Amino acid sequence: MSLLEIRNLTVEFATASGQFRAVDGVDLSVDKGELMAIVGESGSGKSVSMLALMGLLPWTATITADQLSFEGIDLTKISARERRKIIGKDIAMIFQEPMSSLNPCFTVGFQIKEALRIHLGLNRKDRHQRAIELFDQVGIPAPESRLKTFPHQMSGGMNQRVMIAMAIACTPKLLIADEPTTALDVTIQAQILDLLLRLRDEQGMGLVLITHDMGVVAETAERVQVQYAGQKVEEQPVADLFRTPRHPYTTALLNALPERATSKMLPTIPGVVPGQFDRPKGCLFSPRCQHANDICRSLPPTPHSAQFGKARCHHVEQITAGELA
Amino acid sequence: MFGYFLTRLGMFIPTFLGVTLISFMFIRVLPGDPIIVMAGERGMTEERYQELVEKLGFDKPVLQQYWDYLTGVMQGDLGESFVTKKPVWDEFFALFPATMELSICAMIFAVALGLPAGVIAAVNRGKFFDRALMSSALVGYSMPIFWWALLLIIVFSGNLGWTPVSGRIDLLYYFPDVTGFMLIDSLLSGQEGAFKSAVRHLILPTIVLGTIPLAVIARQTRSAMLEVLGEDYIRTARAKGLSPSRINGLHALRNALIPVITVIGLSVGTLLAGAILTETIFSWPGIGKWMVDSIFRRDYPVVQGGLLMIAVIVMLVNLLVDVLYGVINPKIRRR
Repeated sequence: MSLLEIRNLTVEFATASGQFRAVDGVDLSVDKGELMAIVGESGSGKSVSMLALMGLLPWTATITADQLSFEGIDLTKISARERRKIIGKDIAMIFQEPMSSLNPCFTVGFQIKEALRIHLGLNRKDRHQRAIELFDQVGIPAPESRLKTFPHQMSGGMNQRVMIAMAIACTPKLLIADEPTTALDVTIQAQILDLLLRLRDEQGMGLVLITHDMGVVAETAERVQVQYAGQKVEEQPVADLFRTPRHPYTTALLNALPERATSKMLPTIPGVVPGQFDRPKGCLFSPRCQHANDICRSLPPTPHSAQFGKARCHHVEQITAGELA
Repeated sequence: MFGYFLTRLGMFIPTFLGVTLISFMFIRVLPGDPIIVMAGERGMTEERYQELVEKLGFDKPVLQQYWDYLTGVMQGDLGESFVTKKPVWDEFFALFPATMELSICAMIFAVALGLPAGVIAAVNRGKFFDRALMSSALVGYSMPIFWWALLLIIVFSGNLGWTPVSGRIDLLYYFPDVTGFMLIDSLLSGQEGAFKSAVRHLILPTIVLGTIPLAVIARQTRSAMLEVLGEDYIRTARAKGLSPSRINGLHALRNALIPVITVIGLSVGTLLAGAILTETIFSWPGIGKWMVDSIFRRDYPVVQGGLLMIAVIVMLVNLLVDVLYGVINPKIRRR
């Protein structure tokens, strides 16, 4: 049994101009201790699907799924109160913006000890001890005095460390990191990623890394899932994905990496992710795909087998055979 | 913090001078002669009139009069009432506790109901409670308070006979003023039923005076909460698995309090202005009624002194609000 098993997750938002489907039939499974990366452009539903798992979406969202289970417990079938015992304890999440993700009115010590009291019921002294340990573990210097500071008194990198310390406070089995390094500068990015990898090894927790940085994926992940416009378009082990991308979107993403550039001009993917009003009828990527033909434009593709990276494309077999390039 | 406090205090000086000037000029612009009002229907001789004009300093140029008044104020002398011949200062402090008691009760009423109502409305945004609350808040805000007071008196005092119509306590009870606050004094007196009577007298004036601040606070709390509930740190709090009551009541409310405290501070000005009407309707012996009477009598020193004291109180409350900002949100604190 995998740690996290999501089948056919769909999230729709009620907007002033009707329902908008942000996540469309996404599957995801994560094993214990595994590092799964979800990549895709902005607006591809990466964060929304994880927020749906955590139950953090606003009231305008409607979530449906065939299965949304953690350690065999279907999260859609339990009460909000029972769910809160899992969220924050066994599943934790860290976010993109460390500066705005901590409450400005409370000391970081208060915010980390709060989780310890509610989930683990530790007393005041143990909480204090554990908070110091956690700060030390995530590499915050002078942990004891840092407990008394407010978020605005620290740098973004330090705040992200506090967020990580808070997330791992109750030794979760699954940690979801939603673009944890996007708001940080490059040297800090590497440190935070190293920290996450080290914690995963130490605690054996599953890690879902949401990112749009293919470089980060190559360095860290074991399995990669590519999402586009709310759909999962490909899933492969990281080495295979980089060697033989199956979906044209993945290929285009990889070609856009500066490390892979062959000419002075960096290749880009023309156009943007379709929104609520310009959703194509067939394959969602067809307006931007170089291989798109009439079938692509009229008929939505279904995912292929794992052999073809579960790619959601009509031309996977031709691409694999090298007939299309 | 102390330096910040002093700077804020320094900003009082121009406001203070402005208030003295405006109140001084305002009462003199009104038609009517205080000496003739004092004489009443009997009238007085021309000689006596001239004598009084000289005695009260009305023969001097207006600027000279203002200067005399201002130097008096600087020395803590607000002058004497034309009518009662007592120092304005003494009269103010004899009557102010009644107003303060009423205002504090009205404020507690407004905050105790307005804060939770605003929070619940924000959390249940768009649902029945939210809509009902926001429409009644609008009604409460736009209703003339004298009319609202009369309605309540007709229903609760007239038809139902639950509450008294006017005054601070039944005439049956008599005890010495200790603090000037009827609720405390009646308890201290140890007389049976005195406290209950004081409370019953307070209910209607409190509701009347507290209605507008209640509506403002409820609306402000709701909109501040709605804004805060969309913040990233609220998502973090939810991701920690905290209960909704803890998230709304602690994490969100603490951040939403800044704008709410601001309107509470501003409401104190409205409250003191509203007290004048409310006190007149309920014959509440506070500074509101005293001020209204003194305006009709053209009692210059009382009007000037009363306005000045009210302005100082409003300024002090707003200073307190500024200090509270820093207590609630450490980001505003001076480093």
